Amino acid sequence: MNLKLRIWRQAGPAAAGRLVEYAADHVSPDMSFLEMLDVVNEGLTKKGEEAIAFDSDCREGICGTCSLVINGVPHGPDRGTTACQLHMRRFKDGDSVTIEPWRAAAFPVVKDLIVDRSAFDRIIAAGGYVSVNCGGAPDGNAIPIPKDVADLAMDSAACIGCGACVAACKNASAHLFMSAKISQFALLPQGHPERHRRVTAMIAQADGEGFGSCSNEGECQAVCPKEIPISNIARMTREYVKAALLAK
Amino acid sequence: MTLDAQIPGGAIAEKWDRHKFEMKLVNPANKRKYTIIVVGTGLAGASAAASLGELGYNVLNFCIQDSPRRAHSIAAQGGINAAKNYQNDGDSVYRLFYDTVKGGDYRSREANVYRLAQLSVNIIDQCVAQGVPFAREYGGLLDNRSFGGAQVSRTFYARGQTGQQLLLGAYQSLMRQVHEKSVKLFARREMLDLVVVDGKARGIIARNLSTGEIERYAGDAVVLATGGYGTVYYLSTNALNSNVTAAWRAHKRGALFANPCFTQIHPTCIPVSGDHQSKLTLMSESLRNDGRVWVPKQKGDKRRPDQIPEDERDYYLERKYPSFGNLVPRDVASRNAKQAADEGRGVGESGLAVYLDFKDAINRLGVDVIKEKYGNLFQMYQKITDEDAYKVPMRIYPAIHYTMGGLWVDYNLMSTVPGLHVLGEANFSDHGANRLGASALMQGLADGYFVIPYTIGHYLASVTLPKVTTDHAAFKDASENVQGRITKLLSVKGNRGIREIHRELGRIMWDDVGMARTDASLRRALQAIPKLRDEFWQSVSVPGTPDNLNQSLEYAGRVADYLEFAELLALDALERRESCGGHFREESQTPEGEALRDDANFTYAAAWEFTGVGTKPTVHKEPLTFEEVHPTQRSYK
Ligand SMILES: Cc1cc2nc3c(=O)[nH]c(=O)nc-3n(C[C@H](O)[C@H](O)[C@H](O)COP(=O)(O)OP(=O)(O)OC[C@H]3O[C@@H](n4cnc5c(N)ncnc54)[C@H](O)[C@@H]3O)c2cc1C
Ligand code: FES
Repeated sequence: MNLKLRIWRQAGPAAAGRLVEYAADHVSPDMSFLEMLDVVNEGLTKKGEEAIAFDSDCREGICGTCSLVINGVPHGPDRGTTACQLHMRRFKDGDSVTIEPWRAAAFPVVKDLIVDRSAFDRIIAAGGYVSVNCGGAPDGNAIPIPKDVADLAMDSAACIGCGACVAACKNASAHLFMSAKISQFALLPQGHPERHRRVTAMIAQADGEGFGSCSNEGECQAVCPKEIPISNIARMTREYVKAALLAK
Repeated sequence: MTLDAQIPGGAIAEKWDRHKFEMKLVNPANKRKYTIIVVGTGLAGASAAASLGELGYNVLNFCIQDSPRRAHSIAAQGGINAAKNYQNDGDSVYRLFYDTVKGGDYRSREANVYRLAQLSVNIIDQCVAQGVPFAREYGGLLDNRSFGGAQVSRTFYARGQTGQQLLLGAYQSLMRQVHEKSVKLFARREMLDLVVVDGKARGIIARNLSTGEIERYAGDAVVLATGGYGTVYYLSTNALNSNVTAAWRAHKRGALFANPCFTQIHPTCIPVSGDHQSKLTLMSESLRNDGRVWVPKQKGDKRRPDQIPEDERDYYLERKYPSFGNLVPRDVASRNAKQAADEGRGVGESGLAVYLDFKDAINRLGVDVIKEKYGNLFQMYQKITDEDAYKVPMRIYPAIHYTMGGLWVDYNLMSTVPGLHVLGEANFSDHGANRLGASALMQGLADGYFVIPYTIGHYLASVTLPKVTTDHAAFKDASENVQGRITKLLSVKGNRGIREIHRELGRIMWDDVGMARTDASLRRALQAIPKLRDEFWQSVSVPGTPDNLNQSLEYAGRVADYLEFAELLALDALERRESCGGHFREESQTPEGEALRDDANFTYAAAWEFTGVGTKPTVHKEPLTFEEVHPTQRSYK
C-alpha cells in the first residue's frame, strides 16, 4: 500500500517546527509502524537527506522509548499498544497519517519527533523508591504478602514511563504516571514507612516541572499502552490527603 | 602478557569470603574523594552505580537512552535464578554452581561461577526490600518456577516482566542516589573512547547525543556495563541501541576481548517477515512445555498445516530425542530447526520457520488452560503476525539472543587495563560457552550489587592515582581520535544506506558465523567482512551535521565498529576447532550430531589482543581447570 505522511520536523529545541509531507510507498501490512518509518528514512539517507529523528529501542512495547502521536492519538489507534507494536495492516492504501511528537510544556522537543522526558526521572528521584541500601536486607520471605496485593502492586508497577498519559491529557498532567508508582509502594509493606513523604515529594516535584493537575478526563487511561487504570489516581489522592492531614 | 585471573586460594566455598577479608578497604571518609565512571544503566550498570553511590563514592553514570530506566535489560521476560531452595526440592548453592558450569559446557571459570551462585540468594532479598513485586503464592511467600530445563524450581519472576521490575528496582535506587547527589547522571551520552593515563583507565570521551558536543570525563576508575553485541547479526532479540562500541573502543585501548564466538541463539522467536524487519521478538521458551515442534516430512510441501495429515508430519525433536523431546536445550532445538529449513522442509512463505503446534495440548487441557498459561504470548504473536495460534500452529525460528563472550576480566571483574572494570553481559566471565535461562539477570545484579562495591575499593586502595584532569594530553588525544572518526564518517557522502550495509553484515554473520559453522564458512566470512568494511568507508551515506542530534551518525559509528569486531568473532570461531555450548563446528560432532568438545586442546578462554584494524590479533590463553565439576559429554537422547 501507499501512504501519505505528514511528519513534524523541527531542527532543534529553539527552532520553529512544521509538518512536512512524505510519501511512504510499497508499505507491507506486516511492517510495524516504526519499520515503515525506517524504510522512509533509509530512502532519505541514501539521497543524502537528513533522516526523520524519532526514538525507539526495544521495539516490543516494554522500554517506553517510542513516543509518537499518530493521527492525534499518542501511540496511535490500537488500544493497549505502543507505537512500536502497531502494525501497518491497521492502515489502508491511500491513508494520510499525521505524526507528531508528545506535546507538553514539561516535555520540550529535542528534535523532530523526540522530546525530553527527564522530568519523569526527576519525579522518581524525588521519592519514587524504597530507601534501602544494598546489603543487609532481610530474607525475601520474611514478610509474607497476600497474592492479591502483590498482583495489584504488579498491575501498577507495569507502567513503562512512556509519557503517553501526559501527551493525551489536556492539562498535561503526570498523575497517572505518578500514581502508578505511588500505588505500587502504598500496596506493598516495603513502601509503607515512607508513604507520606513519598507522595508529598513526588507531587511537589511534578508541580515544579510544569505538569498540570488532574480534572478526571480519563484520556490518560485510554491511551496507556499498559492499560493502567485511573483508580491509581484515586489511591494517590487518598495517600496525599492522609499525608497532608498527618503533617498538621 | 600473562593473564592472571587472581583467583583466591582455599576451598571453592570459602574463596569469596576469604577474598572479602583479604581485600583492602577505602576509608569511609575518603570515598567521596574518588570519582568512579560507570557506563551503562542496565541491571549491571544501574546496580553498580547505585551501590557505589550508597557507599559514598562520587559516581558519574552514563547511558545512551533518554532515561536510565530504558536500558535493554528492561525487556527480559522469564525470570531470575537464585539458590534459595524455597521449594525444598533439593536446590543448593552447589547445585546452581554445578548446573551453571555444566550448562556453560565447561568453558567458564569455576571460582566465578561459585561466587555467582552464592550471591544469587542476596539478590532476591535485596530486590524484595526495594519493593520489586515478585510473583507470590496464596500463602504470601515468593513463587518459583522451573525454567530452561532445570530440574529444580529456582526461578523468581514478576509476571512476564521480570527484567522490567528488576531494572526499575535498580533504577529507583539509582535515582535515590542522584537525589542524594552521590551519583551524577548523564543520559543520552555515548561513550566513544576510553582514556588511559600511565597505563590506567582514567576517563572516557562521550558524545552528547542531544547537542553533538564531544565531552571529556575524568575519574579514578571506569566501569563498563554496556551490554552484549548480539546486534552484530543485524537481526536479534536485542534492543536497537545495543552495540559493541564501548567495549570495542576499550579493546582498542588495550582490554583483551575473550571468547567472542560464544553467542547464544534462542529457538522460539517470531520469524522474519521481510527485508524491512528491524528486530526479532522472542516468545518465551516455556511455550515448548506444551507446543509440539514439527515440519512436513516432504520437501517443499506448501500445503496449509491443517491439510497435512498426521503421518506426513515430522515431529523431529520427539523423533530424535525421545527422552527430552520438545524440551531439548536451546542450541539443540535451534540447530534442528535450521537443519529442517536447510533441507527445504521449512514452513511459511520464506521457508525459514517451523511449526509450534498447540492443537494436542488444547485437546488435552482445554483452551482455557492454554489461555491462562500463555494468553499474553498468543496475543503478542497475533499482534505481530495477524495469526491466531489457538487455531493455526505458531511459526517460530531461532534468533540471536545473548552473547557470552565479552571483555576479559579477572576474579575482581577488572580487565587487562588496570582500573577498567567490566560487568554484566559486556564481560565474558560466568557463562562459559552457553548461558542458562534466567542467569543473565542474576549475573548482572551480582556484579553490580555485590561484587564491584568490594573489588573496586580494593583496587583504589592498592594503587596510587595522581590527580588527572581533562586537560591531560591523553584526553586531548582521545577526543581528537573521536572527532576524527566523526568527520570521516560524515565526509564519505556515498549513496549506500547504513542499514543496508548493517543488514548485509548480518547476513554474512548469520549464514557463515551463525548456528552451524565450518572451516569453509568462517574463511568465507573472513574474506567478506573486510570487503564490506572497505565498501562502507567508500560508499556509506551519513547525512546531517556533527553538532546536533544525528541518529544516522550514531548508527553509522556503531556499524563501523561492528565491521571491525565481526572479523574478530569469525576468527575466534575459526580457531576454536571444537564444538561447545553455543559454538557449533560441523567438523566436531558426535555420530548422533551432538556438539563434541575437544577438552584436550580447547579447555581455555581465548583472550584477544588488538594489533590494528585488518591485522591479525594476538591470542592469549587462560587455561581453565575443573576441580569440582568434571567435564562430561552432554546427551539428550
Ligand atoms: C528479549 C530478551 C529476554 C531476556 N530474558 C531474560 C531472562 O528471562 N532472564 C535472564 O536472566 N536474562 C534474560 N535476557 C538476557 C538479559 O536481559 C541481558 O543479558 C541483561 O539484561 C544485560 O544487562 P546489562 O546490564 O549487562 O546490559 P544492558 O541492559 O544491555 O545495558 C547496557 C547499558 O549500557 C549503555 N551503553 C551501551 N553502550 C554505551 C555507550 N557506548 N555509551 C554509553 N552507554 C552505553 C546502554 O545505554 C545501557 O544503559 C533476555 C534478553 C533478551 C534480549
Ligand atoms: S520502542 Fe520500546 S516501547 Fe516502543
